[in-house]
Amino acid sequence: MNAEVPKIQDYAVIGNGRSAALVSNRGAIDWLCWPRFDSAAIFAAILDPKIGGHWSIRPAQESKTSRRYIDNTNVLETEFVTASGKIVMTDFMPVTSEEKKRKLLWPEHELVRQIRCEEGEVEVIVDFSPRLDYGRAAPKIKNNGQLGWKIDIGACVFVLRSEIELVRHADSLAAKIALKHGATISFSFSYSAEAPAVIPSLGDSITEKLNLTINWWRDWAAQSKYRGPYERQVTRSALVLKLLAYAPSGAIVAALTTSLPESLGRDRNWDYRFAWLRDAAFTVHALYGLGYEDDAKAFIDWLLHATRLTRPELRTLYDVFGEDPMSERELPHLNGFAGSRPVRIGNAASDQVQLDVYGEVVEAVSHSFGENEKLDREMQKMLRQCAEFVSKHWREPDNGMWEYREKRRPYTHSRLMCWVALDRILQMAGRGQLRKIDMKKCEAERERIREQIEREGWNMKLETYVQASDSEEVDANLLLLAYHGFAEASSPRMQQTHARIREKLLPRPGLVYRNERSLDLREGAFALCSFWEVDFLARSGRLDEAREFFDAALGFANDVDLFAEEIDPQTGDALGNFPQAFTHLGVINAALSLRDAEARAANLDRQSSL
Amino acid sequence: MNWGSWLLWGFAGTVVLTSILAGSQGIGLTRMNIPYMLGTIFTPDRDRAKFIGFFFHFVNGLAFSFIYVAAFHAIGRSTWWFGALIGLVQAIFVLTVALSILPALHPRMANEQRGPTVVKQLEPPGFLGLHYGIRTPISVLVAHAVFGAILGAFYVIK
Repeated sequence: MNAEVPKIQDYAVIGNGRSAALVSNRGAIDWLCWPRFDSAAIFAAILDPKIGGHWSIRPAQESKTSRRYIDNTNVLETEFVTASGKIVMTDFMPVTSEEKKRKLLWPEHELVRQIRCEEGEVEVIVDFSPRLDYGRAAPKIKNNGQLGWKIDIGACVFVLRSEIELVRHADSLAAKIALKHGATISFSFSYSAEAPAVIPSLGDSITEKLNLTINWWRDWAAQSKYRGPYERQVTRSALVLKLLAYAPSGAIVAALTTSLPESLGRDRNWDYRFAWLRDAAFTVHALYGLGYEDDAKAFIDWLLHATRLTRPELRTLYDVFGEDPMSERELPHLNGFAGSRPVRIGNAASDQVQLDVYGEVVEAVSHSFGENEKLDREMQKMLRQCAEFVSKHWREPDNGMWEYREKRRPYTHSRLMCWVALDRILQMAGRGQLRKIDMKKCEAERERIREQIEREGWNMKLETYVQASDSEEVDANLLLLAYHGFAEASSPRMQQTHARIREKLLPRPGLVYRNERSLDLREGAFALCSFWEVDFLARSGRLDEAREFFDAALGFANDVDLFAEEIDPQTGDALGNFPQAFTHLGVINAALSLRDAEARAANLDRQSSL
Repeated sequence: MNWGSWLLWGFAGTVVLTSILAGSQGIGLTRMNIPYMLGTIFTPDRDRAKFIGFFFHFVNGLAFSFIYVAAFHAIGRSTWWFGALIGLVQAIFVLTVALSILPALHPRMANEQRGPTVVKQLEPPGFLGLHYGIRTPISVLVAHAVFGAILGAFYVIK
């Protein structure tokens, strides 16, 4: 086993639709926030191995590790092979249907770790070192006898139950035990905000929870209607997306972590445990594309609810219940991942102006309602507000989808999304779904945006669309001009832009930088952009190239098909927050595009052979 | 018991209470929409829910005003401040108890232990209704205090 500090890709994720944990391939839980994604971490070793807190279970001897998710589930199995034997550790957060939960008394949150010895004899070391509030305080761990170990924090309680005896060392619990072939031990760590807390059972109850959890995830995965290329990766991406969804509200957070660096050792470290409106259109497209209508509708409901207080202005991001995220602040006591300081919680991007979010929201709503489906009054009101706001403000500079914190600029992508907002509103109005819309005004503004993009977003000298009216640089998000139907992928302007993007932004096969600034910022290639490239190639009819690029891009996923935000082109290491919804949405949407393009090509072949 | 006075001022108090809550939503103080929340007990259709919930809320207002009136009779007088005091007690009960048990009673409301299963549903209000905006408790307290004050000031004990 590698003794070095884990890399970002060394982690896998488990969760229950309300919270999630990162498990390293060394057997350590190094990230866990309860009760919500954006709650304070009780294990944060990923941001500081010394003081962040962790829960490690591993063989005492050197070992070789491999891991996998049990098929079509978010139940993780890590296998450790030592010179003397083999153990398999199963990590999961119990889940089941609401109907079954009504008959079972489960804690509000629970994380189960089960270790079974499958060969020989293996000595196992357990080190349970929770730290409160992102490692700011060591908890008082009380021995509750037969009922396990207890950590009281105000009105909340954490309970650790174990089938082996644990010994307290300062602020930690530890054990060393030899497991013989056939032996199994289990641990349950739980959280309750209500007293009396539920004390989870061990023994057969763990097996029952494991079976219920496996069945629930498999049933959910089986709802997918996707049949096409890269099915395994698409299913994994859907399962990751489900782990990033907060079920009580339907929100989907951008990632589970904060401050995993976009550039090692530097300060581009942000908190992504919130829901970005920027992801809305991609999210709805992916969920509907796979057949997850309930999840898509829950997300749309969250969107409507979350934006209620700020309309007609839309914020860039919201917390899972639609509130402003906590104000951004630094945690100076943490050293950061690989020394990448500062660690931040909260996100100041919530105060930015991003005009693209109007297009994202309108596109999401437009996609989620069938052509004959009725829009209720509140939805119509929101769309009218969007139409008015966009018509009035689309000319203004903004911070753009990449959330640059310096001067606002006239980004082409932001204007594209304003065009999308008006275009989709006009489509819905044309179908009779949306009343009291000034169609003439919307049509005129939509046309003005088009003219502006074609005039100022196009650089005559370079013969390419450019990132902003005042720019001579390309941005990978220009590929979305085709994705959103503004221009045909096969049009000369899009083909010239694509050629320029390939020339400037592709460091190696399968990877794409987000724009020409990425090199200056020493950031990695942006993983989502790789899948935009696949989508564009598929739309251009270059199917073999699309497959080739898709293969290369997927080669940068970790061993269990998970992606972070970025990829280091030199080392292939993951960078940025993890796992990242935006990237996995990219995988799903690119696969859907490729599947559809291949189907169209096959139809054409059939027709021409008749 | 002065039935005419109860019906009149119970109705008037409910009109004002509903207007304050609706106004709070309109000016961005809270996302909480009481008629919608109550109406979705009966139907998932957003527009119909608001209509049914509006009617249901009025019936509720009259029913609760009966308790206020009973309290006025019990102490033998009705004043605006005593009415407002009862209103504040009711608001505190609504915020701390009624909203927290609502997810268990409402067929279309999620609770905070729900998941990973999702269905199109209403978000839970959370403690003090804070999930509907951090100023939700203020609007609920003010609306109920005004409701009680109107009853207390205008109800005539016979």
